[in-house]
Amino acid sequence: MSTLTQPSSTAAQEDPAQPVVVFDHVSIGFEGKQVLEDISLTVSTGDTRILLGPAGSGKSVLLKLANGLMRPDSGTITVFGEEINNMPEEELFKLRGRIGMVFQEGALFDSLTVRDNVAYRLMEQKVPEAEVTRRVTEALRFVELEQTLDKYPSQLSGGMRRRVAIARAVVNRPDLLLYDSPTGGLDPITSTTIIELVMKQRDVYRTSSLLVTHRLQDAFTLATHTFDRAQNHMVPIPDGGLDSKTNFLVLHDGHIVFDGSTHDLVHSDDPFLKEYLS
Amino acid sequence: MPIDTIEGVAKKLVLPVQNYALLAGRAIGNIFQRPHYFADLIVQADSIGIGSLPIVILTGFFTGGVLALQSASSLAQFGATAITGELVSLSMIKELGPVLTSLMVSGRNASGMASELGSMMVTEQIDAMRALGTDPLKKLVTPRLFATVIMLFFLTIISDTVGTMGGAFVSVFMLGQDGSQYFHTAYQVLRFPDILQGLVKPVVFGFIIASIGCFYGMNTRGGTQGVGRSTTQAVVVSSVLIIFVDFVISRFMIGVFGR
Repeated sequence: MSTLTQPSSTAAQEDPAQPVVVFDHVSIGFEGKQVLEDISLTVSTGDTRILLGPAGSGKSVLLKLANGLMRPDSGTITVFGEEINNMPEEELFKLRGRIGMVFQEGALFDSLTVRDNVAYRLMEQKVPEAEVTRRVTEALRFVELEQTLDKYPSQLSGGMRRRVAIARAVVNRPDLLLYDSPTGGLDPITSTTIIELVMKQRDVYRTSSLLVTHRLQDAFTLATHTFDRAQNHMVPIPDGGLDSKTNFLVLHDGHIVFDGSTHDLVHSDDPFLKEYLS
Repeated sequence: MPIDTIEGVAKKLVLPVQNYALLAGRAIGNIFQRPHYFADLIVQADSIGIGSLPIVILTGFFTGGVLALQSASSLAQFGATAITGELVSLSMIKELGPVLTSLMVSGRNASGMASELGSMMVTEQIDAMRALGTDPLKKLVTPRLFATVIMLFFLTIISDTVGTMGGAFVSVFMLGQDGSQYFHTAYQVLRFPDILQGLVKPVVFGFIIASIGCFYGMNTRGGTQGVGRSTTQAVVVSSVLIIFVDFVISRFMIGVFGR
């Protein structure tokens, strides 16, 4: 696996103490049904927060709230120190320049080639053509899909599409990555490849991230492994260690029922968590 | 709780109208805001304009032809077949050209817009676009809106021309009328208000087709079934609106210009 150019200096890196994402008593509902209720959470700089929960518990909605794609009914959401609840869409577009998002099914533009999908944001920012080509190639090399430049998403497998989606999300070297079930619907081998890419982004670039998944295996792989740059492969943390920057949130029926470390999660006495993890 | 129910029903009825007005207003307002997507405008103009040309030509020609057939048989009872061209020309330019062209384009493009944008909605491509810093209204809706308005204007002129030619073909080769008389009456009867009416309508109808198609597309929910529902609704609503607004414009023009 190749590596991406280091991100340029950003506000988040200048002030590491400032949390990247803060949810403060956030609630949202649709058509009379409460989807998220009184959610409070924090994503600190360099943290990887894994959001677990059964299907329909509001995980994807939470991710979309963090990116300003949805607005909460109550509570406040702060991203990079800016409150985004009532932020005009034009300003949100600028803020999203620092956020990369991988959607559940990839959400690639099916009328564009892989190259144009990955280059989309750069082309919108009027980046010079040579620079676009260089960065797209770099991003695709990161996900090991350089050979697919001129293919359309429909010509790729599910796993390849998800890898292209990751390349599209990291092409502008974001300070925050939001992964919405990046391994959903994939076979175990492909899932491991995707998780390895997430881990690489975490360990090599120290990008803060919020990852939604309902696959416990993927979540615990992230917590118990680290990316070895020398071997260019993920390896288990020695002596059964855990990644200190990776911790968990568990959603159930629109509420956060757990917020803490991997160790606390696996040793929790909560009946729901015990049943969920078993 | 009857009052709550009435309030709820009223909100359900008014909310889509409000959302439609907001979408249409923002789509128009976007021409004054950067960035502009000229390349998308050209692509849409090609798809809507050039793509619709065959059906518009066929529809226009046969409509003009059947108009000549029907009016000639009726006029024959009064010995007035000489004004067949007049009837065909007035009917085509004031009514049938704009309305039939719009209905054809609505069937082809309002459905296309609703299904394309609807598919993008349900596969989260619209959300992805927003997440990548692009306003979907600027990128997707505004180019479609202006491309439809511009192209429908020219398609209607083509339809009017071809329809008049179709009427001439039937009058001369099937009914044995004099060609120069046909074209002379067809031309002489036209006045400025007739032309104005015939050219204002496609502008308004083009706006209806694109805004309704995009509105239903951008509000698609519920997977592939939702895409199908949006497509059907877009065609039905835009077609009904076209016919209704045609009546309103005609009444207004007659009120102002007396014809």
